[in-house]
Amino acid sequence: MSEQTLKRVDLIFGEYSNEKYKVLASTLERTNEDILKDILESGLRGRGGAGFPTAMKWKFTAETPSDERYVVCNADEGEPGTFKDREILLRVPRKVFSGMAICGRVIGAKKGLMYLRGEYKFMVPELMKELDSYHEHAKQLGLDFTIEIRMGSGAYICGEESALFESMEGGRGEPRNKPPYPTTSGFMKKPTVINNVETFVNVLMIMRLGPDQYKKLGTTDSRGSKVFSVSGDTPIPGIYELELGMSLDRFVDEFGDGDTKAVQVGGASGFCVPRKKFKDTVIGFEGVPTGGSMMIFNSSRSMYNVLHNYLEFFEEESCGQCTPCRVGCQQLLKGIVAVKKGEKKAVYLEQLMKLSESMKITAKCGLGQSVANSFSSIVNNFKEEMIY
Amino acid sequence: MAKNINLTIDGINVTVDEGTTILEAARNLNIHIPTLCYHEDLCVAGNCRVCVVEQEKVKNLPASCATPAAEGMVIHTNSMKVRMARKHIVELLLSEHNADCTKCYKNGNCELQGLASQMLTGDHLFLDLVPDKKYTIDMFNTAIIKDDSRCIRCQRCVRTCEELQSVSALGVAYKGNKMKISTFFEHSLFEVVCTNCGQCVNRCPTGALIERNYIDQVWDAIYDPNKHVVVQTAPAVRVALGEALGMATGKIVTGKMVAALRRLGFDSVLDTDFTADLTIIEEGHELLSRLKRALVDKDPTVALPMATSCSPGWIKFIEHTFPEYLPNLSTCKSPQQMFGALAKTYYTQKRKLDPKNVVSVSIMPCTAKKFEANRPEMRSSGYKDVDYVLTTRELGIMIKQAGLDFEELPEEKFDSFMGSSSGAAVIFGSTGGVMEAALRTAYEVVTGREVPFDGLNIVPVRGTEGEVREASIKIEKVLPEWSFLEGVELKCAVANGLAHAKTVMQNVRDGKANYHFIEVMACPGGCLGGGGQPIPTNKEIRNKRKMAIYEEDMGMPVRKSHENPEIAEIYKDFLEKPLGHKSHELLHTHYTPRKRY
Amino acid sequence: MTDCKSLIQELADKYGRERSSLLPILQGVVAKNNYLSDTCMTDIAKELDLSAAQVFGTATFYSFLDTEPRGEYVIRVCKTITCDMHGKKTIIQALEDMLKIKVGETTTNKKFTLLETNCLGWCHEGPAMLINDTPYSGLTTEKVHDIISEYINK
Repeated sequence: MSEQTLKRVDLIFGEYSNEKYKVLASTLERTNEDILKDILESGLRGRGGAGFPTAMKWKFTAETPSDERYVVCNADEGEPGTFKDREILLRVPRKVFSGMAICGRVIGAKKGLMYLRGEYKFMVPELMKELDSYHEHAKQLGLDFTIEIRMGSGAYICGEESALFESMEGGRGEPRNKPPYPTTSGFMKKPTVINNVETFVNVLMIMRLGPDQYKKLGTTDSRGSKVFSVSGDTPIPGIYELELGMSLDRFVDEFGDGDTKAVQVGGASGFCVPRKKFKDTVIGFEGVPTGGSMMIFNSSRSMYNVLHNYLEFFEEESCGQCTPCRVGCQQLLKGIVAVKKGEKKAVYLEQLMKLSESMKITAKCGLGQSVANSFSSIVNNFKEEMIY
Repeated sequence: MAKNINLTIDGINVTVDEGTTILEAARNLNIHIPTLCYHEDLCVAGNCRVCVVEQEKVKNLPASCATPAAEGMVIHTNSMKVRMARKHIVELLLSEHNADCTKCYKNGNCELQGLASQMLTGDHLFLDLVPDKKYTIDMFNTAIIKDDSRCIRCQRCVRTCEELQSVSALGVAYKGNKMKISTFFEHSLFEVVCTNCGQCVNRCPTGALIERNYIDQVWDAIYDPNKHVVVQTAPAVRVALGEALGMATGKIVTGKMVAALRRLGFDSVLDTDFTADLTIIEEGHELLSRLKRALVDKDPTVALPMATSCSPGWIKFIEHTFPEYLPNLSTCKSPQQMFGALAKTYYTQKRKLDPKNVVSVSIMPCTAKKFEANRPEMRSSGYKDVDYVLTTRELGIMIKQAGLDFEELPEEKFDSFMGSSSGAAVIFGSTGGVMEAALRTAYEVVTGREVPFDGLNIVPVRGTEGEVREASIKIEKVLPEWSFLEGVELKCAVANGLAHAKTVMQNVRDGKANYHFIEVMACPGGCLGGGGQPIPTNKEIRNKRKMAIYEEDMGMPVRKSHENPEIAEIYKDFLEKPLGHKSHELLHTHYTPRKRY
Repeated sequence: MTDCKSLIQELADKYGRERSSLLPILQGVVAKNNYLSDTCMTDIAKELDLSAAQVFGTATFYSFLDTEPRGEYVIRVCKTITCDMHGKKTIIQALEDMLKIKVGETTTNKKFTLLETNCLGWCHEGPAMLINDTPYSGLTTEKVHDIISEYINK
């Protein structure tokens, strides 16, 4: 289905009813088991990039014995090239709040928190208006679930779930040791569901369409649709909602400028796919997973500059607590500069590749573990650009 | 009933309680997975990543210190993947580290150096990051030096300062490549609330936090033919010095210590325990006089509870955090400072020496005492009472420098005078020791009888790590002049570690406690766990030192401070009477309120 | 510059005095004063019963919680690769020329500070910048001139 065509859909942003919070109201009349069954059947996986099955996350959290539970919406969109959550929060914040409320009902949480990145502070006045509307509707529906917005202050790592909790608890955004996982110990060390903005909207979508309709989109491993942020060397940069499971060459046909050399899928912590691999690469959990960031580079671009830019980003945004990430990022950055300048022989790149592999398996959190993705994909596929 | 977990480590099956980490499970099998940020006294950090192991069927290498054992886990601690990853981690640490070991105080004693040596790191794999870092060294302090070029960011010092000591003078600042361990606004340690307790120094795996050493200055004084160098030694040193010289933990090495000090060239080898006894006399009488003012005169201004004042880390702590309670501190100087004042007055008079040619040195288990010796008010002799303070570690270094075979030295005795002491003085080295020593004397002064405890061992006031010890001693059948104390239940509290000191003071402030007398030692376990003691430190080591101290006490011919013959002598010949004019001039002091933040 | 003590009292009354109140309070002070002075941080430490080092350590973690004095208007230009590809360097040059300062510096009249920052989320309309909380995207040299002129006249 999806290898041949690039299907655009309009489920995330579409308006289906004049009655606000209609889907929320009807969902609240169903049992928790029913709601969870639908989400499980639909195969929904998180839309933040990690792709954890949403129904399982909610189920584990609901099953952890505790007097308090929380629902947290991760709106700390900071991955370079990603701007889809901003668009969702701008156009359909009601759907996000509804999704959070449904989660709250299912897991037995009374409080929801949205951690919004500091760079999006300008959105707060409008969000507060919608939040007031939500609270009114919740009161009318007899739902005891309040939502609060907490601001970030310029730290990419706070998009990592445990770092986000640390930040909301008033500390430095340093990721925690896992286990325990958020389903057992999350915000204030209580069982917490933390999901991406888009995931909550998808929940609402499933409640409205039902799992069977939802499953018609995407592939077996990557159900549903996804919002993509497309930027770089493209004549039509912007936000697009597409079915998952398409192949990259179809994507490039649609969005490239005719001279596409590489596509960075998933931002700086994602993979750089070179032209020769477009045909064989699938965008989805079975291929190259992504939070939605798609950056397109044409043949005029230096992949060395691209990698340099990513490594500088990681070096700066790393929380700094664990050795492989803190020092590894510095070494990778300095290393490619030294090779480019001729201060180190090209064979040093092999050493750095091994280092990035070590970082991948020893770093304390996803940031350090993901640096190897762009590092190895760019160095392997564009080696000459690293050296000459 | 804890659940049992069965796992396999390096092919060996082992069963552990639920909650045991992989690291602990491996230690049960005598498999020592290397660590850096892990420390038994502190909560788990899991940031250095040195302790990673390979878990079958799992992609990433879990940190063994932070991962609980799970049923059916199969772990390899030394697989090829682990070896390569661990080597990379150590190489990364070395690349941002000033690895010029021969210039470092911790050369030979550094955990990073140990790992590098074990792994045979050889030529560095990666680029040297140090030149661009522009690291700074904070060396403006009398007690502790912070060298950022040697920091591996394990955060042990931060956890120590926050969890164990509740001071939080050190924290983690910035992020990414700029992340560092920092004080408030990167101020020097002497400008912030650091108490100089040195617990961070005890736990720093490298040379990033060290004591300021005065070894060269002491050698210079010893070699100077015009100088008469007097040395005093604290009680906690004699049960730990052996550790710095290759001996087993908790060995009593008093005699060898004295012999070593003589051979190093000190002119007179004396004992801080002497002034510990003196402190008991002065402080005991001070407590009784405050109790009289409270119970007889009904004086509302009398400051009770009274708190001990021999721990300089505690003094600086209360000066910063509870300055309104400074009047509650005993005005007695610490035994070190009492000794220093007497060394340049009583001692010089008796020995017919010119005090300006006397250099007074002390060997302490403590780093804060370096700060204490430099306090401006500590010059009551007209000269600096204590010129140089050396930690137990520094003395160990000097003994090695002199080429002495410490274990083979004969047992020698302290010089007289200011060299004799009681068992009550020795126990100053352990938490609860000052309280016990004070009670052994005060109780007898007031009732004419010995304390009603078997062997004079007042076990209820002996402190333990991790808690505040409370005890009350009933005073009955008193002598006529102490009638106001008849039937009084003397309520005492003993706290060790500043976190517990904080709890006690908060309770006092909030009216939740009605103690009469509080003993506070800044360091966990008391001075035996002091910031100047041999490294490494952990509960087991401190317990062994504790047992040695009480053993030494039991073996002393005199067990009570007031029965020390040199004490009677000094009052007769010099001080006249406790709390007398001479005492106030030389042996008592005042304190300085400091900024809270 | 709003007086620290009363501002912090206000913020603590609003957000509470728990550890979890720290971030909103720090954000509140920065919103008013544009940066956190040492006196402000010690006042916060006092109000929340934390150590000054803890407050400093938390503040310095976040790029938007400056502990160095900043101008009235803090300009943050996105330096992500896609903004870079669409002319970020030209925009920086324009700003440096107009304000007569380099990246990292503040104008002598303390009105503007020029900084670089990481992805602002306007990748399809780069180059982009924030001036305090307000985003500006699709920047050109002309647009930058107009925007800055507006601020100069405020």
